[in-house]
Amino acid sequence: MMIALEKFFIDLGNKAMTFLYFLGGLVTLAGQTFYWTFVPPYSRQRIFDQAKRTGYDSLAIVVLIGLFIGMIMALQTAVLMQRLGSEMYIASIVALSITRELGPVITSLVIAGRVGAAITAEIGSMQVTEQIDALETLAMNPVKYLVVPRFLALSLMLPILTLFANIIGIFGGYLICVYKLGISSTMYIKIASDAVLYKDLFTGLAKTVFFGMIIAFVSCFEGFNVEGGAEGVGNSTRKAVVASFILIIAADCFFTALFYFIFP
Amino acid sequence: MIEVRNVFKNFNEHRVLDGINLTIPDGKTYVIIGRSGGGKSVLLKHIEGIMKPDSGEVIVNGVNVSKCSEKELNALRLKIGMVFQGGALFDSLTVAENVGFGLIEHQRMQGKELLERVEESLCMVNLCGIGNLMPSELSGGMRKRVALARALCIKPDMIIYDEPTTGVDPITADSINVLIKELHDKLKVTSIVVTHDMRSAYKVADRIAMLYKGKIIAEGTPEEVQSTDNAVVHQFINGLADGPITETLEPRSVLDKTQKINICP
Repeated sequence: MMIALEKFFIDLGNKAMTFLYFLGGLVTLAGQTFYWTFVPPYSRQRIFDQAKRTGYDSLAIVVLIGLFIGMIMALQTAVLMQRLGSEMYIASIVALSITRELGPVITSLVIAGRVGAAITAEIGSMQVTEQIDALETLAMNPVKYLVVPRFLALSLMLPILTLFANIIGIFGGYLICVYKLGISSTMYIKIASDAVLYKDLFTGLAKTVFFGMIIAFVSCFEGFNVEGGAEGVGNSTRKAVVASFILIIAADCFFTALFYFIFP
Repeated sequence: MIEVRNVFKNFNEHRVLDGINLTIPDGKTYVIIGRSGGGKSVLLKHIEGIMKPDSGEVIVNGVNVSKCSEKELNALRLKIGMVFQGGALFDSLTVAENVGFGLIEHQRMQGKELLERVEESLCMVNLCGIGNLMPSELSGGMRKRVALARALCIKPDMIIYDEPTTGVDPITADSINVLIKELHDKLKVTSIVVTHDMRSAYKVADRIAMLYKGKIIAEGTPEEVQSTDNAVVHQFINGLADGPITETLEPRSVLDKTQKINICP
């Protein structure tokens, strides 16, 4: 019994230390990234390449998922609204929930899975093949070379992708409402546009800038901390995706509460 | 000149470098031999400033690399070319971009001048005209030579080789040895070679030091090392299975006693 208890507390202590090491590492990496972002020379080509990988290459999947989410939202809301005889409100519910919540969060989770995992695997492979050491021996700071372009690309492209997801999501709701539920096209557009205010759009997009930073820091940090070979890369990639998901949801909770009080 | 003074390095509770003292004079080829996992690469990373010692000093060309600023360290690094064990070429860049990396990033060199410098470096390692290939298209030996070309392209005062002949066939290994010797004779650079390939060590070395259990246990010319009466050095340079090195290894003694080996079908 005593041994089991001792083991439990040792495990708990180890987990707490690992978590603190992770948090400390993220904060340190974030600090270094902010510093190196403003140190010239700036490589526009590397930032552009990353922005293309993050934004343009992810557009198709974000659009597809946005469309499905909009359609699902409309169908789910229709069940309740038809019972209440208030089908007109489906448009406003779809538009509001997508703009304020579903668009930003779903897009961020998709990008954490698609781009974040790729970043960890790439940097992790560079770590195990000594490419990170090679960068240092060539007098190139790895944070400046690898993290800064990814951090800027994710922070800039995630709001743009979210905007696309929002538009397509609302269009998904339109398809269901107009072609399945018989609401007129003009009515849907009017109700949806009346429901969404600028502050809804702004708060939704502003959150994604921070979600982009979370994905960049977590993915790069886990990539730099890969140990061992292929198995280590796999483990770190899994950890990066899981940690990004949790931190995005936690940050979303925080921002939702914050915006609720700032813009009631 | 490189001076390593009383350097200690631990990883968790494992001591890798145990009070290393070493002086490497300018213009010589200095070979560090020792078993795999014995701390040779760790010692090189201390000389390059990639790792910091727990205690002690590493002084390269008068600069204390464990205490200097990042700016001083970077200036020093641009005078040291490093050839990593597996090449450590950047996968996402072409061979030419890899070789010219230092010039592109630090001297902002581009166009014809850059291409000429890159091609000159590639030709020095007998790989003219492969600048457009990607690292994934190269063989192991070619990757090592491209890594050497990348080191040469910044016109270094010193070149560090981490196991340059490991993982390549004997003919390629010998061609790499010849290359190291030719470059040393032609460019008069200081070379540090870490290896456990004794053929390579004898071929390129002006002096050889043996690293064992975190300490330098022997140092001298190749002839002096070959004629040593130190039993550890003797076992290592002759590649003998039995001797003081293997007697201290736990797994072998356990196997000898129990003889229980499970072989998966």
